[in-house]
Amino acid sequence: MTHWIIAPVILPALLAPFIVLAARYHIGIQRAFSVAGVLALIGIALSLVFQTSDGSVLLYQLGDWAAPFGIVLVGDRLSTMMVLLTAVLALFVLLYAIGSGWDDRGRHFHALFQFQVMGIMGAFLTGDLFNLFVFFEVLLIASYGLMIHAGGNARLRAGVQYVLFNLIGSTLFLFALGAIYAETGTLNMADLANRAALIGAEETVGIRVAAVLLLLVFAIKAALVPLHFWLPSSYAEAPAPVAALFAIMTKVGAYAIIRVYTMIFPPDLEVTSGLHEVWLLPAALISVAVGMTGVLGAKRLDRLVAFSVIGSMGMVMVAISLFTPQSIAAALYYIVHSTLAGAALFLISDLVRSARANLELTPQPPVAGAPLTAALFFAGAIAMAGLPPLSGFLGKLLVLDAAYSSPFMVWIWAIVLTSSLVSILGFARAGSILFWKAHGASPVPGAAEAKRPATLSYIAVGGLIALLAAHTVFAGFVHGYTTTMAAQLFAPEPYVSTVIDTPGKLSKPKGDH
Amino acid sequence: MELLVASAIGILTAAGLYLLLRLRTFPVILGISLLTYAVNVFLFASGRLTTGAPPILRDGIDVYADPLPQALVLTAIVISFGMTAVVVMIALGAYLGSDDDHVDDQPDDPDATSDKAPATESRT
Repeated sequence: MTHWIIAPVILPALLAPFIVLAARYHIGIQRAFSVAGVLALIGIALSLVFQTSDGSVLLYQLGDWAAPFGIVLVGDRLSTMMVLLTAVLALFVLLYAIGSGWDDRGRHFHALFQFQVMGIMGAFLTGDLFNLFVFFEVLLIASYGLMIHAGGNARLRAGVQYVLFNLIGSTLFLFALGAIYAETGTLNMADLANRAALIGAEETVGIRVAAVLLLLVFAIKAALVPLHFWLPSSYAEAPAPVAALFAIMTKVGAYAIIRVYTMIFPPDLEVTSGLHEVWLLPAALISVAVGMTGVLGAKRLDRLVAFSVIGSMGMVMVAISLFTPQSIAAALYYIVHSTLAGAALFLISDLVRSARANLELTPQPPVAGAPLTAALFFAGAIAMAGLPPLSGFLGKLLVLDAAYSSPFMVWIWAIVLTSSLVSILGFARAGSILFWKAHGASPVPGAAEAKRPATLSYIAVGGLIALLAAHTVFAGFVHGYTTTMAAQLFAPEPYVSTVIDTPGKLSKPKGDH
Repeated sequence: MELLVASAIGILTAAGLYLLLRLRTFPVILGISLLTYAVNVFLFASGRLTTGAPPILRDGIDVYADPLPQALVLTAIVISFGMTAVVVMIALGAYLGSDDDHVDDQPDDPDATSDKAPATESRT
């Protein structure tokens, strides 16, 4: 048994208290350790991806207790890819936070950042539903601190809404877990996959309620309409690097839905039939429409980006709700794209923010460093709206292609294509007001002299855009990999048998009992 | 016993939901606390209700209490306690800063619609 799989959780968990205790007054040391930690995480994540790329399943039994009794961490193609995505995103977000000085505007940014990364990594790697709840809480409590980093009244008020909404979500999660435990007597995902299939057709009330509650919880995390109300104001008011890191948090919800509803409640299971096409698909389509309409209607750039995140999560959920191997592969390709594009846009909106009086979409004098910022915004908007040549276009194409054989194909194509047009209009309107109508506009009274953002900020944003370009250039390779990933998800037997059949401490050899 | 536990969960949940809908920070935080109490009892009941039964294996006993929900409840209590403390602090900060304890954005509230001015960004 290799211990490397727990390293993405342990490393930030040790680094964060170290930063608090040993380096709390030295921002330079904090920065160095934080960057070094994230670089090490990328290395570990790369090796984990390499180990699982042949389809093998990595298992780590905590305390060497065997599976349904002890907690396990499991790494397969999907979870290791999400770990790598988180680590890469964290690096660029951290570079931006350092470059723009955001980390110095309040205390403990780096410690909270490491705790946040730890929670996200744990949520991707755990093989136990209650442990998933615990890691959700770890990432949430760190995100509460990050969300109100640097203070300010508007931010604190948005923070209260964000915290309260998530507390209600956590309570709902516990109700779902209690219902699942009462029905099946286990919370280990692999064990649940075996037992959910055994439930008779006449006794499905409890497990049905539990499956729907669990879906609601993950839909809150994924900001699916009508559970998205927490997202626009909290992402818009959060410090930009934090909002960019939060781009992966909505994906935690999408990941959990993929994991639970391919393994525990697969689409052909009697108990949850109708959940995907009757409830999830319409909600996802409305999310796309609401998000992209919000892009057109937003009065401020940060709100615009927040709504575009809702729209792109809607796209992910449309693909997920079809629940075929082809559509899941498309969803996974789109998840990577949407994370990088959303994060890049949040950082770009902060580039504009730091060089302008405010983010209102009204004509104002040119932003400092406008040519480069405008070019980056142009690239980010193309990616998010789904225009060629960047990966958003390929991702949407894959989703539409996967929907081709669905009975709801007309609805999906109509809503996705129309809302893409609307979002193009929205981004074009925002970009032309911000960068083109600037000349000749009178300055806002009382605004401070705007400075050009630091070079490191541009490097961080440029890195994210470069990753998007790489995601496009190597789209064939990435999509091939997500296809094998989807195949692994729809054939969970190796996962289940690895988790259940590996002996641990005190377990007897098979056949003795 | 079943009636008592079930009605306790139901009443706590109903009261918690009612307080949640008051949309002022203090009632909402109280409501969330009531909801977490309800969910703790609910988790406890998910391992089936037994009276006077031990949660560990002993010779000569065939009725056991399920120990796992007890561990889950313990975790849930610790987490909800910490979360309540955090939300009280943030809500107090927001209330003292903007002199308003509404949870939702007020239509005429300048803080909710206008851009945050750089002057309000102070170190916490």
